[in-house]
Order: sequence, then structure tokens, then C-alpha cells
Amino acid sequence: MLIVFIVLAFVAVGTAVSMLVTRNAIYSALFLVLNFGTVAILYLILGAPFIALSQITVYAGSVVVLFLFVIMLLGAEKLPGGEPLRWQRFLAFPLVILLVADFAVNINRLGGTLALIDLPPRGYGEPVEIGKVLFTQYALPFEITAIILLVAVVGAIVLARPQQAGVSRRDLYKRDTQERK
Amino acid sequence: MDGALILEWVLKSVFILLALTAGFAYLTLFERRMIARFQTRIGPNRAGPFGLLQPVADGIKLIFKEELIPASADKVIFILAPIITVIPSLIVTAVVPWGSVIRLGGRAIPLYLADINVALLYVMAVTSISVYGITLAGWSSNNKYATLGGLRSTAQMISYEIAMGFCFVVPVLLSGSLSLVDIVEKQRGLWYIFLQPGAAIILAITMYAEVNRAPFDMPEAEQELTAGYHSEYSGMKFALFFMAEYIKMIAVSMIFATLFLGGYLLPFQGWFEKLPVIGPIIPYLGPFVLLAKVIVLLFGFVWVRSTLPRIRYDRLMAFGWKILFPLSLLSVLVTAVVVLLVQ
Repeated sequence: MLIVFIVLAFVAVGTAVSMLVTRNAIYSALFLVLNFGTVAILYLILGAPFIALSQITVYAGSVVVLFLFVIMLLGAEKLPGGEPLRWQRFLAFPLVILLVADFAVNINRLGGTLALIDLPPRGYGEPVEIGKVLFTQYALPFEITAIILLVAVVGAIVLARPQQAGVSRRDLYKRDTQERK
Repeated sequence: MDGALILEWVLKSVFILLALTAGFAYLTLFERRMIARFQTRIGPNRAGPFGLLQPVADGIKLIFKEELIPASADKVIFILAPIITVIPSLIVTAVVPWGSVIRLGGRAIPLYLADINVALLYVMAVTSISVYGITLAGWSSNNKYATLGGLRSTAQMISYEIAMGFCFVVPVLLSGSLSLVDIVEKQRGLWYIFLQPGAAIILAITMYAEVNRAPFDMPEAEQELTAGYHSEYSGMKFALFFMAEYIKMIAVSMIFATLFLGGYLLPFQGWFEKLPVIGPIIPYLGPFVLLAKVIVLLFGFVWVRSTLPRIRYDRLMAFGWKILFPLSLLSVLVTAVVVLLVQ
């Protein structure tokens, strides 16, 4: 188990870094998919198959496909070589040193007090359990999420509608072809 | 976890992979012969008896064909795309049971590779991954027909996946489990196609769209897009796309048979098992029963392909979003209410 974890950890970190470093947006998106996949396997190891497979279905399967769509349709695969914000690079080094120092201090401070967690009881994180918690304890957040998604869908439809109200897309198309003649 | 168990899993995995690839080879022959019959032709019958060696001949031909990579293609992704397409179609059937537990030499052997309690979610996850191969193939070819074909088929698969997901919910509601083994065992009394025929029909339609088969073979609409996402592919790389499509046909047929047609169960299985002499043999017949159901469903695929014309792309999307999606929601709602009332 430990070997699997170490290998997966390296792959996860490696794909995350490659996603940031690569200059091709499509490769970035693909590294993101790989990263989601390895994280899903980590969830599996932790005994949460439902979350692992949801991660793959939702993030790797749907969200990144939409990213790919946008990248391909805009033809934005190749990112420009130069960086628009040149001072960013110089700011990055002190910030990295600060972050590493923060890690070091906190691990030093808390390292002794941290204990191993027991494995969750068998059946924890099963679909039935998740459904029960979702519809009882978290019923309100669940419904609010549903309403937010509904608003997003309505918004998308409004944005995608033809410009003038009362004019159907077919009429616009007809007018367009007539003008061309 | 003993060595024998690992050996058992390895043997089962090898069996599944071999069965799927052999199934692919003979499905191509089956389809060509059947379509020929539909069009009052004879079909390939020269290689071996009844043309049975035709798949071998096709394979040899494809191996010796020249492999072209377009100069402006993205080479890494161009080579990876067919592989990414084939792998999901091969692994999706890992959770489909092809028999119940049998006893062989004093050892209880379950005739399925994995009975996980999120099996249907696994199927959804793998099918949602399978769009990548096609999209990437289209994009990496650096050809406008290929890119358009890839985008079209991805949009189509994502749209129809939603209705398909809701149809998956119906057997889950009826059986109260996400495990495919449980779903099959709950169908001992009555197959779910008789309980909820509406969802079964919607699932069948979305299946055709999901594997990009006629009448939903938009990505390959010759008149508009030459050959869609695989326009630039040749030789074995083309063969891999071909293989993925046919293995997906077998896989979705297996899933449909499992969800709605009782999987490996015979009709009146309980009655058959009580018979004196043949009763004890019945559980061993599981794989053959499933195979028979899959062949019937595959015949449906071929039948539809040779009968129905391709529908226009905007109508295809409208059909998916405006008709199938609300209907599948309705069928989930009706099923849920009825299940609650019966309980």
C-alpha cells in the first residue's frame, strides 16, 4: 500500500507541475485529467469508492472535456512564449521560500502531536450512506446547489439566445442568406 | 489474499479481454454478412467456410498497410488517441457479471471479475472518459474535417450520456443497489424491461448514440466530414478505432442485457433450477445465456444500421435534449413514486 501511495503521490505531483509548466493548453488539460485520475485512485485507497468514481465522472469526464472544447474552438492551444507580467517571476522566489519555511515551521511544531487516524468503519462512504447524509443532514445545501445550477442553466440559455427578442434563429438565418444573394 | 485468488482474477481478466477481441473480430464478419443479406447480397464468403477466416484476412491486410502521420499533426497525441479510445471500451465490462457463483473442483468461483457496490457509477465514469480518444484524435490530426467530427461526436456523447445516466437510475431504484450482480439477482422474478419498458427503450436509443452507430453516426457522415475524426488515420491505428467501436457495441449490449434483460438469467430461471436432472447444470449456463442476449442486441444494432438513414445533426441534438432527456427524467420520477407506493 505504501509503495502504491508513494508512486501515486509522485505521479500526482508530477502531473500537477507539468500542467503548470507546459506551454500547450491541450497538454495542460490532459495533465489535469491524469492528475484527477491519480487523486481518484488515492480516494479508492482511502476507502471511498463513491467519491473516487464521482471524481472521474464529473471532473475528468465532463469538466475537462468542456475545457478541451473551449481550447479547440478558440484555437488557443499555443500559449504565447513571453509572460505578460514580467515581475511575477521575481516575486515567485521569495514567495516559494516563504511557503517552504511555513511548512517547515508547522511540521516542526505539530509533528509530534499528529497521530494516525483509524480506518473508517466498513460501509462508510457507501452510496446508501452518502444518500442518507445528503438528504437529511445536508438537505438545505443540496437544494441550494440545485437552485444555483438551475440559475446557471437559465443564464446560459439567455446568453445563447439570438440578439433580438422575438426573432428565431431560423429567421436570422433566412435573412442572412437573402442578404448574401 | 492467496495466490490461487490472484491466479483466478488474472485468468478471468484474460478471458474477458480475449472474449472481447475475438467478439470484435467476428462481429465485423457478422455485420458484413447480415448487411449483405439485408441488401440481398451474399457478403464475404470466400475466406474459409462461410467466410469464417475473413477477420484474419482483414487483420493481416491492416497490419501491412502503410501508416501515415500528417506532417502538421501533433505526433504524441496522434499516436496516443487510438489507445485512449480502446482502453475504456475494454475495461468497462469488468463489472458486468456473466454468471452466478459456480463450484469447480471444490472451489466456489464467482463468474464475474468484480462485484463492487458502485458498479454502475464505474460504468458511467469509464464511458465519460471514452470521449477523450475521439476528441483528441480529431484535434491532433490538424484537419478541419477531423476536428469538426471529433467535436461533434463529443457533444453528441455528452448529451446522450445524461439521458443514459437517468436510465441507469431506473434499475437502481427497482433493485435498491448499484451493484450489477444484485441488479441481475433481483430480476429472477421479472425482467426490468417488463416493469419499466420506457426506460429500456430510451436506454437502447442512447446506447446507439453513445457508440456513434447509425442512425447517430454523425462523426462519420461521409457527405459532410469525409470520415470525421479518423480521416487521417490508417493501418493499425485506424484498426484500433474500428476495434473500439465494435467492442463498445458488445460492452453496451452486455450492460443493457444486465440492466433490463436479466443478465445471465434464463427466463423462468427459478423453475428451471428446480427440475431434477438439468437443474444443477443451469447456473453453469450463465455465460451462454448472456452471450445469446448480447447476440440478439447486436443483431438489433446491425438491423438499425441497414434500415434507418442518418438524422441531421441539429435534429439529433434537439432529439437528445428536448425529447429523450425529459422522458428519462419522467421515467425516473414515475419509477421512484411507484417503488415508494409499493413499499
